[in-house]
Amino acid sequence: MAVRKPPITTREYWAPGHAACAGCGPAIVMKLATKAFSEAMEEKYGDPNAFAIAHATGCMEVVSGVFPYTAWKAPWIHVAFENAAAVASGVEAAWKKLGRKGKILAIGGDGGTADIGLQALSGMLERRHNVVYLMYDNEAYMNTGIQRSSSTPYGAWTTTSPPGKYSIGEDKPKKWVALIAAAHQIPYVATASIGDPHDFYRKMKKAASVDGPAFVQVLAPCVPGWRTPPEKTVEVARLAIETGIWPLFEIENGDFHNIKFQRFPKDGKFKKPIEDYLRLQGRFKHLFKRPEAIQELKNQIKELWRILGKEVELP
Amino acid sequence: MPMRKVMKGNEAAAWAAKLAKPKVVAAFPITPSTLVPEKISEFVADGEMDAEFIKVESEHSAISACVGASAAGVRTFTATASQGLALMHEILFIAAGMRLPIVMAIGNRALSAPINIWNDWQDTISERDTGWIQFYAENNQEALDLILIAFKVAEDERVLLPAMVGFDAFILTHTVEPVEIPDQEVVDEFLGEYVPKHAYLDPARPITQGALGFPAHYMEARYTVWEAMENARKVIKEVFDEFEKKFGRRYHMIEEYKTDDAEIILLTMGSLAGTLKEFVDKKREEGVKIGAAKMTVYRPFPIEEIKALAKKTKVLAILEKDISFGIGGAVFADTSRALINEKEKPIVLDFILGLGGRDVTFENLEEVVEISKKALEGEKVEEVNWIGLRKEIL
Ligand SMILES: Cc1ncc(C[n+]2csc(CCOP(=O)(O)OP(=O)(O)O)c2C)c(N)n1
Ligand code: SF4
Repeated sequence: MAVRKPPITTREYWAPGHAACAGCGPAIVMKLATKAFSEAMEEKYGDPNAFAIAHATGCMEVVSGVFPYTAWKAPWIHVAFENAAAVASGVEAAWKKLGRKGKILAIGGDGGTADIGLQALSGMLERRHNVVYLMYDNEAYMNTGIQRSSSTPYGAWTTTSPPGKYSIGEDKPKKWVALIAAAHQIPYVATASIGDPHDFYRKMKKAASVDGPAFVQVLAPCVPGWRTPPEKTVEVARLAIETGIWPLFEIENGDFHNIKFQRFPKDGKFKKPIEDYLRLQGRFKHLFKRPEAIQELKNQIKELWRILGKEVELP
Repeated sequence: MPMRKVMKGNEAAAWAAKLAKPKVVAAFPITPSTLVPEKISEFVADGEMDAEFIKVESEHSAISACVGASAAGVRTFTATASQGLALMHEILFIAAGMRLPIVMAIGNRALSAPINIWNDWQDTISERDTGWIQFYAENNQEALDLILIAFKVAEDERVLLPAMVGFDAFILTHTVEPVEIPDQEVVDEFLGEYVPKHAYLDPARPITQGALGFPAHYMEARYTVWEAMENARKVIKEVFDEFEKKFGRRYHMIEEYKTDDAEIILLTMGSLAGTLKEFVDKKREEGVKIGAAKMTVYRPFPIEEIKALAKKTKVLAILEKDISFGIGGAVFADTSRALINEKEKPIVLDFILGLGGRDVTFENLEEVVEISKKALEGEKVEEVNWIGLRKEIL
């Protein structure tokens, strides 16, 4: 009888026992990303373990490496908040010299990537290190207690973008690091969401398989930060795709004229309104009293799609 | 046969790096150290050096890449100065806390503001509490030798701490002097291959480095850094001995010059020591009983050597190119600490001079001696004295 390979490896690198919240989106990212990496390493080098992880300070680093415990079954290093990309550069250089086959995975949150770590990220991409940089985007600084980052979307409540008499919440459009990364003309850039785990898995595998740097930005809801019920994490992340608020795409070698889209409606008409996405989250609650803010958000999303080369309709 | 070449201090540092055979170098240019990465690039380009040279986008990433490489288990080198070192500050603690024996060459330069590219020691002095071993070179030969020594000490299993070697901006970095370049085979024998047991990032033996330390463990982790630095005292002396056997040049925690019958001893670091020796000769001819001393190792602080030196003199005058605002010179403060429980101790005076490249002249040194003499005669003098200050432009 033929034995079929499981669609996703049963190997675990992100062990149970970490201290993440119930329903943590980024924790799902850690699990899937390392599994995908392992499969890619097995196919590319014949060794599923041929990788090491450099992690930026943030929620996932803190919950996974509380001395004397560790959630990591892979070689793992954390140095500081802003330098995962630079640390990964050093590890990769050392591996090259040691003749060790494999690839380095750098992981950072949106704060450690879009804000304080952007320079180190750009340096690493530009120098063409053989590193996959994975940005898990929970759209705020969660580890320090939910402050806005430049990746926080318009209108969202955070502790430093509170809605009030003179404030709508976060008042700037989201910064898309994936597009900045793609401008480096690196082999592979992708966005993903844990709302489509298979798509994310495939993209992580692809990122790990290319020679040279790759960047993946994955949407990963945070339960206390988004004020969502723990059991809705994946559903919220899926709605982000279905309402058009989170485009899924791949850009290879910085070729913005040939962006590959996933789950894009053929007619450009999204069927579900972004209100369905917003309503599930406490961080957007106040917007429902300010319809013009929701309209502004819709305009921003349309504009983003236009930049990506697509005219869309949002219900 | 060792070869003699006339070279700048920066080139001597690059030669030391070449001889030590680091597997990874990451560096970013800053005056006065720019020539170090440039020279290393040349060595790499010519195939004379087999290192991965990461041309990082900042000093912050330079030291971060060094931490990554060192944590992956290879010998690692970098160079910087001044603002560059300050930008590394956060990661310097981490390199020491993770016990990574990175070696860094520093062209000692003043810190802004005002921006100033010339020599003083404020950059490295400001990093004295990061857990890095600190050496200061008097001349280009010492810059080369101390970098080799730094690797040997840093990588010793009793130590495993990063080390920095300072040499004065322009006075050494850009001045040519004859330097003896040791034979590669002897250096290889001296340093051996670096094979760490505690840091390797190997998929075959996965480890977690850089975990979160709760209050239950943090103090113990920091204590091990303290302990390692204490161990370094002994190890440095052993390495100095071995270095002398292999290369014929002798180093001391504190090197003394005409101190045996001295009533006033001038203590300093770096290139100023050369000037002091000449000055001491001159004063001796005039019949003034003075001596000079040079501190080669500033961290770990040579407490025992300071005590021994203090026993020989009535006035210990510290000449330093740094300032810790609100107390005085850092070497002065540390020296006072070393002597606090001694029954008999000399008068300790602090002289802040040469900041931001201000020349230290014999005239300045005369002033130091005058103040020291007054103190010796029982007159009350300031403990912290700014020498060569142009009061008229204040
Ligand atoms: C230089 C520096 N500044 C600030 C901090 C405090 N800090 C630690 S984690 C963090 C936020 C992390 O946010 P993000 O990268 O989005 O990851 P998340 O916590 O959301 O997983 C901050 C501000 C730090 N560790 N280092
Ligand atoms: S705060 Fe958010 S990101 Fe952090 S562990 Fe909890 S759910 Fe995950």
